[in-house]
Amino acid sequence: MSDVVTVNHAPTAKQSGQVVKALEASANRVDWANHLFKYLFMLSAFIGVFSVGLIGYFLIKEGMPALSYAGVTNFVFGMEWVPPVLFGIAPMIVASLISALGAVVIGVPVALLTAIFLAEVAPKRVADVVRPAVELLAGIPSVVYGFFGLVIIVPMVEKVFNIPAGNTLMAAIIVLAVMILPTVIAISETALRAVPRSYKEGSLALGASPMFTIFKVLLPAARSGILAGVVLGIARAIGETMAIIMVMGNSPAMPRHLLDSARSLTANIAMEMAYATGLHSSALYTTGIVLLVFVMVLNATLLYLNREKAR
Amino acid sequence: MNKFDVKDLNLYYGENHALKGINLPIPERKVTALIGPSGCGKSTLLRTLNRMNDLIENVKITGNVSLDGNDIYQERNVGGLRMKVGMVFQKPNPFPMSIYENVAYGLRAQGIRDKKVIDEAVENALRGAALWDEVSDRLDGHAFGLSGGQQQRLCIARAIAIQPEVILMDEPTSALDPIATHKIEELMEELRKDYTIVIVTHSMNQAKRISDKTAVFWMGELVEHGETAQIFNSPQDERTKGYVNGDFG
Repeated sequence: MSDVVTVNHAPTAKQSGQVVKALEASANRVDWANHLFKYLFMLSAFIGVFSVGLIGYFLIKEGMPALSYAGVTNFVFGMEWVPPVLFGIAPMIVASLISALGAVVIGVPVALLTAIFLAEVAPKRVADVVRPAVELLAGIPSVVYGFFGLVIIVPMVEKVFNIPAGNTLMAAIIVLAVMILPTVIAISETALRAVPRSYKEGSLALGASPMFTIFKVLLPAARSGILAGVVLGIARAIGETMAIIMVMGNSPAMPRHLLDSARSLTANIAMEMAYATGLHSSALYTTGIVLLVFVMVLNATLLYLNREKAR
Repeated sequence: MNKFDVKDLNLYYGENHALKGINLPIPERKVTALIGPSGCGKSTLLRTLNRMNDLIENVKITGNVSLDGNDIYQERNVGGLRMKVGMVFQKPNPFPMSIYENVAYGLRAQGIRDKKVIDEAVENALRGAALWDEVSDRLDGHAFGLSGGQQQRLCIARAIAIQPEVILMDEPTSALDPIATHKIEELMEELRKDYTIVIVTHSMNQAKRISDKTAVFWMGELVEHGETAQIFNSPQDERTKGYVNGDFG
């Protein structure tokens, strides 16, 4: 080291009698608190797993009657939803997928550029204002998004496309695109910041411009993290209910284009659960099963991406 | 002929006065070693030569650093400066891509697309870094599949692919084993013919073996500089004497 250290007293390895006694007592004691906490942690973890299991069980148990009445094919590919006779949810599957994908198409580029701005371009002071603002977006209740969509987006869609009713897939896509921003931005920014500093330095030291560095080194290196953010964004969009009900029109017919009214899987459950009975009620649980399958596929994708990152 | 001229250079990290009134000429096509204890400012000085300190917030610099007579801090095209002044880092830092793409990177960054041109440049750079014979049959293999020493030579190849005039080396062998270190030093014997080399090193033996000139730093000051033999055999300053004799540091 650079400074010369002067030693004032001889160092000693011997502890005083009191300290020795306390250490010995501690060594012989059974540490109950340690055991207690171990089981407390385990119990807490178990509660989460148990809940997932229970929800899955009830969905399947309640959804089975409608599924066996209609058959998987008729249920998933059926075009008509006329409870309690016809239980085809293909239009809703399409509506859920299209609205989520549309939200990704519009939202992800914006989110990605924002994440790059926050991680690489913005001066610290600007980033410190933009980042909390984006995080606030995540905290806004979805009913407020729905309200915003109803008052601003729906009339806007009516005007721009010159249609009588703006409650459409298009309106839902725009609202969802805004809703997934905070998720995708936060995760992408984290992924970009996790790229080793040495990559960036190596690139700049070769005379590459900051933009070349971002697009050729940082983004590819952060790819799997960014994709994980996108997947979580899709999951958020597929699961969204309230805002969608308020802006998408909720017609159970197959939407023919983006300016059609449509009903998502989530909206189907939320809107009819209050009065449905018998097979009709069961069919709503089955809709829940389909939704769960989608989410499981997305989570599996996420697991796969994370494994790739760890490699 | 001096490649760099550092004049009255002061550098502050916020309140921390990291370089204090440095005056140092760096001769062309010679190896200049910067030595001194940890935290003495030698790496900081190295990073002022290609303006890598620009990346750190709150850095303030006074005085000037000129390359071939032009003040590099008046230069607007920092990328152009860094093309002339290449850098090799302490820990090998190849990009997560193929060997070929690593070496081609600097060319692609300049918008060069012609495959023939790039192929040729990649081969020349790899030969120049004494790596060609080891990797010519697996140019498309991932750079992370190379050993530490090979990765460091890849980083040297990457740097010389864009025809720099100077190569800055920041403790290039401190993460390598003795055999890999020896290979890098052998390579430097070749590189010194074509490039001006400035190397920061913790190893006094390395400085003795490879450098023509040595500059000794101590707590942000340049204590002494001159011919390497003179610095090691008849140091003028007490601190240099203690440091090169291994009394501390």
